[in-house]
Amino acid sequence: MTAMLEMRGVSKSFAGVRALRDVNFTVEAGQIHALVGENGAGKSTLMKVLSGVYPAGQYEGTIIFDGEERRFRDMHDTERLGIIIIHQELALIPLMSIAENIFLSHPPSQLGVIDREEVYRRTRELLAQVGLRESPDTLITDLGVGKQQLVEIAKALSKKVRLLILDEPTASLNEADSAALLDRLIAFREQGIASILISHKLNEVAKVADRITVLRDGRTVDSIDCRTEPVEEDRIIRSMVDRDLAHRFPERQAKIGEPVLVVENWSVQHPLHPERQVIKNVDFQVRRGEVVGIAGLMGAGRTEFAMSLFGRAWGKNIRGRVRLNGRDVDLSSVPAAIDAGLAYATEDRKQLGLILADDIRKNITLASLTQVSSHGVIDDIAELKAASDYRNRMRIRSQDVYQEVGQLSGGNQQKIVLSKWLMTDPKVLILDEPTRGIDVGAKYEIYTIINGLAEAGKGVVVISSEMAELLGVCDRICVMNDGAFVGEFAGSDATQEKIMRAIMRNERIKTGVQGSETRVGELQS
Amino acid sequence: MTDKSVSLPEERKAGGFIRNNLRTYGMLLSLLAIMLFFQAVTEGTLLQPLNLTNLVLQNSYIVIMALGMLLVIVTGHIDLSVGSVAGFIGAVAAVLMVRFHIDFPLAVIACLMVGAAIGAAQGYWVAYFGIPSFIVTLAGMLVFKGLALAVLQGQSVGPFPPTFQKLSSGFIAEVLPDIGAIHPTSLLIGIVLAFALVYASAKMRAREASHGIEVEPYALFVAKSLALAGVVLYFTYLIASYRGFPNVLVIMAALIALYGFVTRRTVIGRQIYAVGGNAKAAKLSGIKTERLTFFTFVNMGALAALAGLVFAARLNTATPKAGTGFELDVIAACFIGGASAYGGVGRVGGAVVGAMIMGVMNNGMSILGIGIDYQQVIKGLVLLGAVCFDVYNQRR
Repeated sequence: MTAMLEMRGVSKSFAGVRALRDVNFTVEAGQIHALVGENGAGKSTLMKVLSGVYPAGQYEGTIIFDGEERRFRDMHDTERLGIIIIHQELALIPLMSIAENIFLSHPPSQLGVIDREEVYRRTRELLAQVGLRESPDTLITDLGVGKQQLVEIAKALSKKVRLLILDEPTASLNEADSAALLDRLIAFREQGIASILISHKLNEVAKVADRITVLRDGRTVDSIDCRTEPVEEDRIIRSMVDRDLAHRFPERQAKIGEPVLVVENWSVQHPLHPERQVIKNVDFQVRRGEVVGIAGLMGAGRTEFAMSLFGRAWGKNIRGRVRLNGRDVDLSSVPAAIDAGLAYATEDRKQLGLILADDIRKNITLASLTQVSSHGVIDDIAELKAASDYRNRMRIRSQDVYQEVGQLSGGNQQKIVLSKWLMTDPKVLILDEPTRGIDVGAKYEIYTIINGLAEAGKGVVVISSEMAELLGVCDRICVMNDGAFVGEFAGSDATQEKIMRAIMRNERIKTGVQGSETRVGELQS
Repeated sequence: MTDKSVSLPEERKAGGFIRNNLRTYGMLLSLLAIMLFFQAVTEGTLLQPLNLTNLVLQNSYIVIMALGMLLVIVTGHIDLSVGSVAGFIGAVAAVLMVRFHIDFPLAVIACLMVGAAIGAAQGYWVAYFGIPSFIVTLAGMLVFKGLALAVLQGQSVGPFPPTFQKLSSGFIAEVLPDIGAIHPTSLLIGIVLAFALVYASAKMRAREASHGIEVEPYALFVAKSLALAGVVLYFTYLIASYRGFPNVLVIMAALIALYGFVTRRTVIGRQIYAVGGNAKAAKLSGIKTERLTFFTFVNMGALAALAGLVFAARLNTATPKAGTGFELDVIAACFIGGASAYGGVGRVGGAVVGAMIMGVMNNGMSILGIGIDYQQVIKGLVLLGAVCFDVYNQRR
């Protein structure tokens, strides 16, 4: 095969900081090339150079595409050649239909009047190609993230894509949706469409990639040809972090005590569709010093369960009994839940977890302002001390506590969210996707923090779509599907296969009885 | 941690500090520049004691409402009804005091409560029903403009009892012996205030520095303190050489101090900013976002009522047209003062300076005899320019 794209000696710096140093990167026609590296390694910068976000002249080095040297001025230049990037934050308009989104910038038209029939015909073709069974009229907002991702890919196909760049496409997808997406990439490979896949999920990378390139500190440190060499996760991780992570999960001696959180007969209805019972009379408990994982597909009701517990922040007609340390507690509002000793660190830290324009200090103390104030007046010195203390303990990397959290990396942001909840001194913490979008090094630190919490006698609940993570940190794993717990495994006893089987068995029963298609990823409130 | 300020990289010293606080300094400097400009082109009329006193009286109600509006804008909302509410309250005050001869303190309290109730009525829809504040208060604007007309039956009502007029046209009582051209009580208060301000900020700076908080570089601090004291003393001197401090200036200063403190130092202030910064995150952090939004509207209503009283007392009649267009000046003052239309950002000091910039321009252009037509054009451009500067500044 011949090289479709060759980037030679690419360097780029921002205000004196070198983001890329002499990077060489080659993609062959019909190749799936995975690009991995820690956050800040330069992956996104490299892709921005390639897709024309940084025009020629703003970087050093050469880009050769189809055997010709190219000097892209903007993204139009790259799109014309069929180089299309799909960003991590999807660029779809929620209240427009699938068809309108796909043909947003280039609708088939005559004299400026959109040819609706043509739009629909071509949309149907494209949806069939990406394997999405939805009407072209469906609004984006009614689709789950997984399906939205497929719409983005259909949009790329409509622009005659030849090189598709996907920036962490599966970060917010569950395993089933991820697998479907990766299957698409393999199908495209057959058609000669090349892909660049940026991902933190090494198991996926290992599954589909023809070549894996590892970036570290803006340099290419390793490149593995998967067709000739064996793919070892440990080797990749070693290259990524430049330190031997013999164990991806820190060790912990579990000291599990009596139950601290006991939930009985908990049921929740959907706030907009009250006829739909999202959580179905479930029982759940966490013991002191225990880390309990909740596994499940997206839309299984895990986040909904957690948020309904946490001061009824989600759902309607919530019923059930909750005891903390054996006592019935009032969880009717978020402040009451916090007072009772519950904390919930959201899966969506940018939208729901942080005030991005505020500094670290204000974000950390936000839920515990009474601790650093008297008579409603904030003691700024006490506040500073508390915030600095957490910054040191959690090893938040920043200039000082006055830095805006929006400027920090995902891992540091997550540590701030955790600091905020630790400061409320909870008895039970529910961590929803605590390592989403975080690089390997920071993940390890988050796991260490989780271990520390358990050792301090707190009950910890971890909701995660990464099964390896649940297996690595949890003492017990509960499997949720369609609003109910369908399996439970001791940590030592659990395997990915067992968990998956528990989910799938239940899915089959459900579809068998109702005869309807499985509903996945539909529950994004 | 304690040697934090020492370990800062060198470039974050004076230059960096000014850059980080460019907005604050920039605004003060623009106010100064605008004042100097009008002082020059009006050949000294702008800062004549009489005119300066008038400037305070003319703008007091805008400043008072800007304090409330700032909080509303910080929570991510807007209140278009404040002009109408102020006019309506003026009308109610006139009817109570002139037609029904109700005592001035009782009438004032009743009016403030009506204002708060109006704010509550509007805030209820915004906070608990999620109706956009733009729409709710646009409706309020029409409703209260109409009600003002109805209450006054289309006529002007006045004059007010003399004690009430003192609210706007009165000056603080002279308790010290007469020393000729200057009012000594006001002068003394000004001097004490200047020293108190400098002392307080020096003490705060020392306290913060001792705990490793980044403080302004010393030279900058001294320069700023001297400038602050100088400005206070100079304006005190000017105002004291006319008739002393107007009563309304005292009210205004007290309110500015109060709201400055609430926004910067209190839990409720911090929570209001959090609601504007990210309402969902604030709510999930245990902040009662609806209640806070509701209270900012109640507060706005009460302040609009106070402004309406001040304005009515100044005109000495309540007219159906009172308050028309005030909301625009008030909102403009907040945005010129650096508040963000997206919420979460804005300072009391900024809104006050923004109101003063608008006031000085109004006054200066009137002295120059520029027609009301071009005055509006210029004010509009200044608003646009200030916000563009902000956006440009954030993009850098």
